[in-house]
Amino acid sequence: MVMGELMQETELVVIGGGPGGYAAAFRAADLGMDVTLVDISERPGGVCLFRGCIPSKTYLHMSELLHDTSQAASMGLRFSPPEIDLDAIRSHKARVVDKLADGLVSLSDRRGVQRIRGRAVFEGPDRLRVHESEVSHIKFRHAILATGSHPIPFPAVPFKKGGRVMNSTGALALAEIPDSLLVIGGGYVGLELGSVYASFGSKVSVVELGDRLLPGVDADLVKPVQRRLEQSFEAIRLNTKVTFMQEHADRVEVMIEGAEGSRQEQFDRVLVAIGRKPNSAGLGLDHTGVKTDERGFVIVDDTLRTSDERILAVGDVVGGMMLAHKATYEGKIAAEVIAGEPAAFDARAIPAVVYTDPQIAYCGLTEEEARRQDRKVEVHRFPWKFSGRATTMDATEGVTKMILDPETGRVLGVGICGRDSEGLISEGVLAVEMGALAQDLALSIHPHPTLSETEMEAAEIFTGTATHILPKRRK
Amino acid sequence: MARAFKLPDLGEGIHEGEVITVLVSVGDEVKEGDPILEVETDKAAVEIPSPYTGTVLEIMVQPGQVVNVGDVLLTFSDGDKAAEKIETQTASIEADKPTETSPATAPAEAEVPPAAAPVVTVNEAPADRKGPVPASPATRRLARELGVDLHRVTATGPGGLVTAEDVRTFAASGGERGLVEIEETVVAVPLEGAGTAAAVPPLPDFSKWGPVKRMPLRSIRRATARQMTLAWSQIPHVSSQDEIDVTRLEAARRRNKSEVEAAGGRLTLTVFAVKAVAAALQRFPQFNVSVDPTKGEIIRKSYYHIGVAADTGEGLVVPVVRDVDRKSILELAVEINDLVQRTRLRKSSLEELRGSTFTITNIGAAGGRGHFAPIINYPEAAILGMGRARLKPVVKPKQGGRYEIVPRMIMPVVLAFDHRVLDGVEGAKFLEFFRTTLEDPGKFLLNI
Repeated sequence: MVMGELMQETELVVIGGGPGGYAAAFRAADLGMDVTLVDISERPGGVCLFRGCIPSKTYLHMSELLHDTSQAASMGLRFSPPEIDLDAIRSHKARVVDKLADGLVSLSDRRGVQRIRGRAVFEGPDRLRVHESEVSHIKFRHAILATGSHPIPFPAVPFKKGGRVMNSTGALALAEIPDSLLVIGGGYVGLELGSVYASFGSKVSVVELGDRLLPGVDADLVKPVQRRLEQSFEAIRLNTKVTFMQEHADRVEVMIEGAEGSRQEQFDRVLVAIGRKPNSAGLGLDHTGVKTDERGFVIVDDTLRTSDERILAVGDVVGGMMLAHKATYEGKIAAEVIAGEPAAFDARAIPAVVYTDPQIAYCGLTEEEARRQDRKVEVHRFPWKFSGRATTMDATEGVTKMILDPETGRVLGVGICGRDSEGLISEGVLAVEMGALAQDLALSIHPHPTLSETEMEAAEIFTGTATHILPKRRK
Repeated sequence: MARAFKLPDLGEGIHEGEVITVLVSVGDEVKEGDPILEVETDKAAVEIPSPYTGTVLEIMVQPGQVVNVGDVLLTFSDGDKAAEKIETQTASIEADKPTETSPATAPAEAEVPPAAAPVVTVNEAPADRKGPVPASPATRRLARELGVDLHRVTATGPGGLVTAEDVRTFAASGGERGLVEIEETVVAVPLEGAGTAAAVPPLPDFSKWGPVKRMPLRSIRRATARQMTLAWSQIPHVSSQDEIDVTRLEAARRRNKSEVEAAGGRLTLTVFAVKAVAAALQRFPQFNVSVDPTKGEIIRKSYYHIGVAADTGEGLVVPVVRDVDRKSILELAVEINDLVQRTRLRKSSLEELRGSTFTITNIGAAGGRGHFAPIINYPEAAILGMGRARLKPVVKPKQGGRYEIVPRMIMPVVLAFDHRVLDGVEGAKFLEFFRTTLEDPGKFLLNI
């Protein structure tokens, strides 16, 4: 047989090795299936590990350190000004990524998942052609699409490797610390990466088309972040649009149109963070029964089956919240559905974390969503200035809120802004998923002094038993 | 903005209905509360009020169509130009407003004064019916595994939380004796009838032997089929027969008939029977029960709500006369008349068809002259069937040890009861009490 014409058969092929894909492959292998994982990269991990969550959080951790050391003087700890060694930072990031990627390779191999590097394209409802690979064709009984998404470029300005107009991948490469950086888009990607560059010394300007940062996140949670960013960023311009952009050898020229008119400006670099699009084109889906919506997202039911009975899809490519942990959850569900287990996507609280400083984390019903649904809720906020732990950390800019059913006190949603919200939100997720009542949180002992007490006390405002905040006068 | 109106949840166990009439047309302006559709469910015909004020944009259903809860029936425009998003809303129905604020009261018992319903411990309507049913992820998966719809599970957790145990109990009752689950398996998936419903062999092709016509089993007929299959397969029936000499009662009835009529009632033998049965139930409370096989308990009710089977022409419907023990014959004559009339016209509300503790069925008016064995109205424990009273020769002792044959009005009755909880001796005693109460107006006064 000629090399490159090798046909292989598999029970399940997973296309895409990101958190959705590898979780699906691992779960399926654990359920006894013969699994093949096809990805364009050598190692599993996907955007999240190589060009997303992991590198960005590595940098954001440093940003927090920088901020904390600069604040420490007020507590009586003085550090000399930090030296930023970009080469060392980049290799630190590479080590972090390598360690995790190697871990995934090992987990994958030990489960007997066959990894194939290449670009898979459907040739029919039960077969794939794999380009740039030693295996040319795969015949499968089941397939899970986990091809993810890619950043949307600015109109007529494609991203170039190493270019001054960057997407998140380019920004994470951290080629230099530009003097000035323009971030287009006030969503979480723009704000997180903008924060990294600002803490490393860039003058960061953010332009956002809408009238607020972080659309979709409750305004009261955004407020403390916006206050902080107004200090660390050069400018935050809302209701503002970039109408033109041209990349030069040493700078990027942009035309910015705001309330006070149009203005030409120059930046060393530009980060375009205006959203992501599903990777559903070029997969040969027309050779299958898989249907996509008008935006290109693959249409699935709650068991993650597409309109083609053999093919399921998970993660960013099916839309919804484009987050790694949603993809992982879906990947496992898809594997279990194929194995005939009674699994379905029925999550009630998908947590989202924005790794700005302070962080924002929320799950379940938001206040905005409740308003849109015209649903009656009771909202209770515990400001962190009443938290002992927040005060010891000098992190009193924060708030924890509970969105509750007014009749029963059932926890419908939780929103937190403040240091380490990332860890606090899981209690909210568990509460929402378990159908817990405010009283359940109130009657669970929370360790003192911790930030987690803010969740208990917010719930206790509903039950009227809060300690560190005065009760509302009873009607 | 366009709003879609879906068939609301009509209450326990009812998940579909047949559209009888559409009371609006496209372009009509309707106000919130205006009737827009008439839908016949298994239990009654109900008018569905509009949840919105606006213009009817589109009507998705037509008379005769069977619709499920959640199906979009109509869309409305409220005049807003930005008609890009369809908002959906399901409205609650007048007849079936569950007492959502009080989770300790089951919706079916909503009309019962609290003092009269001490045995009701069911915790049916979760307060937030609108959203998803509160249940943990593991419980939700268990429900999927067991094929249980969480909306139909009785929640025992705080604030209407459905626990894993609730789901298992529900599934187990479905496999064995649960009303709701069986309803589905028997009718919706007759060939796969899990649990008690034995596999039904396929029918032969009848058209081989002559022309046939196939008709759907609908509304009342369908509900009856379901209910009877359930009762007959779940309850080991025993029946006990008797003949009641109603000559004197009949005379009293005739004497007072016109007076009752003037008050708007109809004094029938059924009225006396209803009252006498309530008295018998007080004397023999073991008949006023339901069996809870999943808990291994007998639920004894401290209220006496008597169902009176009424023929609507399209099938049998059982409206319920509440608190019979506290009502006079005159009150009962008026109430039963009104209830039966409205039921025949299919105008009774769903609430009026629920909560009976014992049922009486009278085939006398239809000409039933003999004994017949009625099927218990599940989940009750007994039913009384009455035939037509007619003159019969009766042997009577005369003074001096001699006998004479005299014509008397004799009414045949049958008591069918649940042998799981009641035995023949009790049936005989119950009937004896009932018979003597009706035979002797003096006893009647004493007993009721």
